[in-house]
Amino acid sequence: MGKNVLVIEDEPNIIEAISFILSRDGWSVATHSNGHDAVGVVQDAMPDLVILDVMLPGKNGFDILRELRGSDETQGLPVLMLTAKGQVKDREMAARAGASRFMTKPFSNAEVLDAVRELVAG
Amino acid sequence: MVQQTLAGTRIRERRVMAGLRQAELAKQVGISGSYLNLIEHNRRRIGGKLLNDIAQALKVEPSLLSEGAEAALLSALRVAAAETETVAPELERGDEFAGRFPGWAALIAEQHRRLRSLEHTAATLTDRLTHDPHLATSVHEMLTMVTAIRSTAGILADTKEIEPEWRNRFHRNLNEDSLRLAEGAEQLVAYLDDAGDASAGLTLPLEEVEAMLGAHKFRFDSLANATQDKLSTFVGNQVQLTSDAARDMAMTVVRQLRADARLLSLDMLQRQLEDGVVDPARIASDIGVPLSTVLRRLAAVSDDMLPMPLGLVMCDASGTLMLRKPVEGFAIPRFSGACAKWPLFQALSRPMQALRQTVTMTGRDARRFDCYAVSEPIGTIQLNVAPLYHSYMLIVPLEGSGETEAAVGSTCRVCPLEKCEGRREPSLLADVG
Repeated sequence: MGKNVLVIEDEPNIIEAISFILSRDGWSVATHSNGHDAVGVVQDAMPDLVILDVMLPGKNGFDILRELRGSDETQGLPVLMLTAKGQVKDREMAARAGASRFMTKPFSNAEVLDAVRELVAG
Repeated sequence: MVQQTLAGTRIRERRVMAGLRQAELAKQVGISGSYLNLIEHNRRRIGGKLLNDIAQALKVEPSLLSEGAEAALLSALRVAAAETETVAPELERGDEFAGRFPGWAALIAEQHRRLRSLEHTAATLTDRLTHDPHLATSVHEMLTMVTAIRSTAGILADTKEIEPEWRNRFHRNLNEDSLRLAEGAEQLVAYLDDAGDASAGLTLPLEEVEAMLGAHKFRFDSLANATQDKLSTFVGNQVQLTSDAARDMAMTVVRQLRADARLLSLDMLQRQLEDGVVDPARIASDIGVPLSTVLRRLAAVSDDMLPMPLGLVMCDASGTLMLRKPVEGFAIPRFSGACAKWPLFQALSRPMQALRQTVTMTGRDARRFDCYAVSEPIGTIQLNVAPLYHSYMLIVPLEGSGETEAAVGSTCRVCPLEKCEGRREPSLLADVG
């Protein structure tokens, strides 16, 4: 594999856990923890997949995703959204913003790994 | 049929029931025993502050003394009947029912009051669960901690070979996250415990402000020269205000009433009211203050300076009632929209014009009121920007009852007026006439 994943999440222990399990699975993992410059970080790194939290300091995940979908470079980039809100309206908002998949906290490590593998293979 | 009695007789009945001697009650309310004796034998009229003081001493609603339990009970039954949608009570026989079965009638009124209270509690709790930012943030933080713990525990359980350095780090993370989760859970439980106390936190901010204003009888003359810090401390110490929203709203109102007290002192008002005539336009003209100031000020001082308390209601340009000083016989709705025919709303279409109208409140009592209304712009004047207005209406009870040119109601649902162009929804009282 050796493909690149960018994790944008503000909770350090979640970042550490996701980084660990993805690294063990052979992924190259980069991390970022705030929203306001996240779009620029994605465009600079151009990873194979972005794991994006919704509740971020500076700018929320939905707005970041809309900007990514509005750019030619990142229009088709697979994005897995993570949020603590599992309500129908949040799922709908994620779908409208262009999320490739939506995962609600708390999730299992296996679910994250499966989703990442499927989205990059997909 | 319901037996009509007089206020003095009711006071005597209630005093005897409370086990108070005439001299004791008289002393409590600051009058002589002989004067109370005259009142109790209906040889002196009673109203205003003295009636309120006696009611307070006897621990009953003033309306119970002025109108009797029958009127209050009938009013409660009418409201209960108006709000039911599944049965059709015989409204025209309500007084007969209350007269023949006062205990059952009181039970219905009490059950209805309790139902309203529970509905209000349920609505407030639902609103809080849906929109409370504190609750949403707390739950989000706890789910984040649970996610970190689940993911880290999964790594430790499922990874067969893990370097000691990583294992130690994950153990430390687990410990940190579990502590944060426990702390968050404790805070959330404490918050929900507070929310569960219906008497402490489930009133709307506006209701808390009204309770605070009522406790001070809308009078803040002692704060006329207070500094901003002292004013903030005063508002912060009011036990009725349990939320920041209520304190912010109260601060705005208290500032306004304090400014009124500065513009129109008690001495000035006393001189204006010496002849016993309530003429807001004359006072505004003589002293040179805005009419809205006079309306607010008269309502505030009326409990102590006039024979009869005066009511006040205020709305913004959307017609939303933002301030209410109730007065007996003029029902101001708490949750539903008020009668569109009130001069309060007419004033919004005629800004800065002083309105006076004598109205009759629809219903059995047909009480009459003089209403003075005016709407005035708020905020600073800006070029080419239409101002917003607040409208105020002073409600002056008049002696006697009867028809006037204008019949107004409280709110459509309990108004029996059949042909009304302002009606928004049907009335369940309409067939009573």
